[in-house]
Amino acid sequence: MNLTEHLPALQVVVPMLMAPLVVLMRIRGLPWAVATATSLMAFAIAVGLTDTVIDSYSATYEMGSWRAPYGIELHVTRFSALLLLIVTGASTLALVTGRQSIDAEIEHDRQPLFYAAWLLALAGFTGIVVTGDAFNIFVFMEIASLASYVLIAAGSDRRVLPAVFKYLIMGTIGATFYLIGVGLIYMMTGTLNLADMEARIHEVGELRPILVAAGFITLGLALKAAVFPLHAWLPLSYTYAPHIVTAFLAACSTKVALFVLLRFDFLVFQQNLSAHELQFTIFLMPLAVLAILIASGVAVFERNLKGLLAYSSLAQVGYILLGASLVSVPGLTAALMHMFNHALAKGALFLAVACLGMRFTQLNLVNLSGVARQMPWTMAAFVLAGLSLIGVPGTAGFISKWLLISAALQEGALGVALVAIIVVSSLMAVVYIWRVIELAYFGDPPESTRPVSEAPGWMLVGTWVAALMNIYYGVNPALPISLAGGAAASLLQHLP
Amino acid sequence: MTSELQVLIPILLPLGGAVGIAFVGRRYPNLRETVTLVTATSLMVVVWALLPDLLAGERPSVRVAELIPGLAIEFQIEPLGMLFAALASLLWIVNSIYSIGYMRSNNERHQTRFYVLFAVALSAAMGIAFAGNLLTLFIFYEVLTLSTYPLVAHKGDGKTVESARTYLGILLATSIGLFLPAIVWTYHVAGTLDFLPGGILADNLTGPAVGLLLALYVFGIGKAAVMPVHRWLPAAMVAPTPVSALLHAVAVVKAGVFTITKVVVYIFGVDFLVTESSADWLLFVAAFTVIAASVVALRQTNLKRLLAYSTIAQLSYVVMAVAILKPLSEMGAAIHIVAHAFGKITLFFAAGSIYTAAKKTEIHQLRGIGRRMPWTMAAFTIGALSMIGVPPTAGFVSKWYILAGSFQSDNHVAIITIIVSTALNALYFLPIIFYAWFSREDVAPANDHGEAPLAIVIALTVTAALTVLLFLFNQPVLDLASQLGRITK
Repeated sequence: MNLTEHLPALQVVVPMLMAPLVVLMRIRGLPWAVATATSLMAFAIAVGLTDTVIDSYSATYEMGSWRAPYGIELHVTRFSALLLLIVTGASTLALVTGRQSIDAEIEHDRQPLFYAAWLLALAGFTGIVVTGDAFNIFVFMEIASLASYVLIAAGSDRRVLPAVFKYLIMGTIGATFYLIGVGLIYMMTGTLNLADMEARIHEVGELRPILVAAGFITLGLALKAAVFPLHAWLPLSYTYAPHIVTAFLAACSTKVALFVLLRFDFLVFQQNLSAHELQFTIFLMPLAVLAILIASGVAVFERNLKGLLAYSSLAQVGYILLGASLVSVPGLTAALMHMFNHALAKGALFLAVACLGMRFTQLNLVNLSGVARQMPWTMAAFVLAGLSLIGVPGTAGFISKWLLISAALQEGALGVALVAIIVVSSLMAVVYIWRVIELAYFGDPPESTRPVSEAPGWMLVGTWVAALMNIYYGVNPALPISLAGGAAASLLQHLP
Repeated sequence: MTSELQVLIPILLPLGGAVGIAFVGRRYPNLRETVTLVTATSLMVVVWALLPDLLAGERPSVRVAELIPGLAIEFQIEPLGMLFAALASLLWIVNSIYSIGYMRSNNERHQTRFYVLFAVALSAAMGIAFAGNLLTLFIFYEVLTLSTYPLVAHKGDGKTVESARTYLGILLATSIGLFLPAIVWTYHVAGTLDFLPGGILADNLTGPAVGLLLALYVFGIGKAAVMPVHRWLPAAMVAPTPVSALLHAVAVVKAGVFTITKVVVYIFGVDFLVTESSADWLLFVAAFTVIAASVVALRQTNLKRLLAYSTIAQLSYVVMAVAILKPLSEMGAAIHIVAHAFGKITLFFAAGSIYTAAKKTEIHQLRGIGRRMPWTMAAFTIGALSMIGVPPTAGFVSKWYILAGSFQSDNHVAIITIIVSTALNALYFLPIIFYAWFSREDVAPANDHGEAPLAIVIALTVTAALTVLLFLFNQPVLDLASQLGRITK
């Protein structure tokens, strides 16, 4: 056996084992270095896995050589690879870029714990993505969530505590719902392996518990994914979390929940529940549309920069769901592309916010008036990523919006209405991004404040790498498209 | 043979110039202005160097990147785009000379930002001119909008920013809300966005959908200022005069009518639109805009606002000429883009010259000013005559072709519109000229001024001369425009 075969396991094991070690490191700077190196290694593993699944479609790994469905099976598909790239990429870039920002926000002696929580979150997210076992998903989901609560609560602003408490309660409800659903399925089928589940539900005569399970699982995961109107935990948590944590979580946490949601709905339930795709559409499409319109509308009037971007994230979750709720290969491809592209755009935006955070304690928009003259590089990166968020041609955001609109247009009259909604919400995105740009570039600095200097050079490098990736993948989107297209085709293979 | 690089250089050169201007910056204003002039001159040289190959029938193209199959960033040089690029690159030089005089005598702030963004806007205009498909065109269209916003908002006070926001809001909202959906729709039905002679929609769309798609394009391309999406143009009058010249003559509105012409000729195809009765509305809307804008212009008291409404009317001339759908009128449209540019830039230069020397902005203040500022008012007169369409000015040539096209198809609406609007143009321009030359000043001006600074006078003399020269030597323009006509046959 060579190392390549063990990559699916190593993906999770490496960060998970490094986490307790980091706690022990008390030398200044060392926890950061080790966490970053670990994250980088996880990213390298993700790249290796991506390489594998592009060649041979999927990679499976039997834990302890116990054969599925008896043992736990890790299963890496193109869909997982896409998510792994997002999660490990976001984590690595945030860590590499954000050392000074974390130093500024988190006391030195708590840092080992902070970085340990970070690695646990990373292990949790990657675990959810690679495992093929429903209960395993729950465990990793709990690991990731608990670690996320800790990371968010590490913020120095005391308002973070009620926000994170809300997140804790709602996240727990979501996880519980998911567990109830899995329990029901286990009761009916006696298996926890996702692939096995799909086959065994076939043999179940009484489908009502399965239907209930589908309801619980969809709802629980929708809560975790901040699907409107179950989003209440997200805006405040993102607003008051440490900036670098926001950059990491905003890029990947809701998407991982959506990943599980889509896998359950399309791989487990689709073939077994009659007209499941119809129910999926009827339930999620209105929510997606509402999320897009309402969250964008709130973002237009939001006064805090991070809050504005957080509401924009909710709208983007709406786009992803909208694509998925079309239940067609183009629609799902668009949705998965948007996961990737939104991670690029939002990651870059929040890194730029972290740069601003080095110089401002309050990130209300009024504080940022005229800041572009003092921090030109930061704001230029912000503009670039903002354009991608809006979906301007030449940026990554354009590709997924284009795919989404093309997919919607294949749906006839309904599609035209959806296109109108996408267009309107894009205009709203123009407005809320433009508010920031106009204030930063054409506003006059408030008189009471003293001039600030540009963010540290190293942070700017990381932010610009993220911003330029929006351009690179806007011009050269072959890799994410092949992953997203392959994933969409395999997810919908059971469609009638 | 034209190499691939030659196609890209016109787009990259102004960008390089912008970097250079920003680099030299405020510390060395003379060097900064030299960079602008050198960039402008070299741009004109490289653009005009493309002409011979084009006239010989070459259509050089470059594909920069393919996003997804059928969706690429691509450039291609064809007659109409060449005309636009040649025009914009020529006027940039004159406009730069004028800008230097204007910005310095009026002690404007943020001059470096001004020159940088001007160069970026020119790069965007080149991108629009040479775009090989709708997507590429759209990208540069938006760059042009965004780069000109700070120019319009240049003064930076509350009222200016308010107006500039109207400018930005209308242009962005129409382009994203209507233009982009039209592009998506086109791609959806045709599977391509390339500009092809004869159009790409002929076999893919029929019935009322054609008219609807055309409406999305015409109103989505807000830069063409077809009513009711014309409000941004009067709002943009708060900009410094060189910017008004950029908007009205060099790049912005020209990009609008250029894009409409290009869409009609290369996306719909003239032959296809002739057969579709659902697209007939365009002629009426354009005709209405011509008349209505002229009537509004009649009622203006502010010189620059009058010129703005005059521009709206003249732009719809181009749109109407396109909508007549005859080879001669398409030619007329192309020529009118050039003719109006020369005339209107002269008028704006004159208005700015008056503002610089006499601080006057209202029409009633202009009595007797011809004696103090003979060069300026002579240029103004030539520009105004060109707007009306009197020989020996450029406006006559284009009107001639548009009228010829209308008679070709016995298009009475177009003929009557041209006659009425000519009368209206005469009504609002001739009194200004008359009073400026032949009446005495009511009150002596506060400062005993003469002509504007030399740079300004040189610039407006050159453009006035161009307006007359285009009447006398119009063969190169006709050659280019007729190549467009040939494709549409």
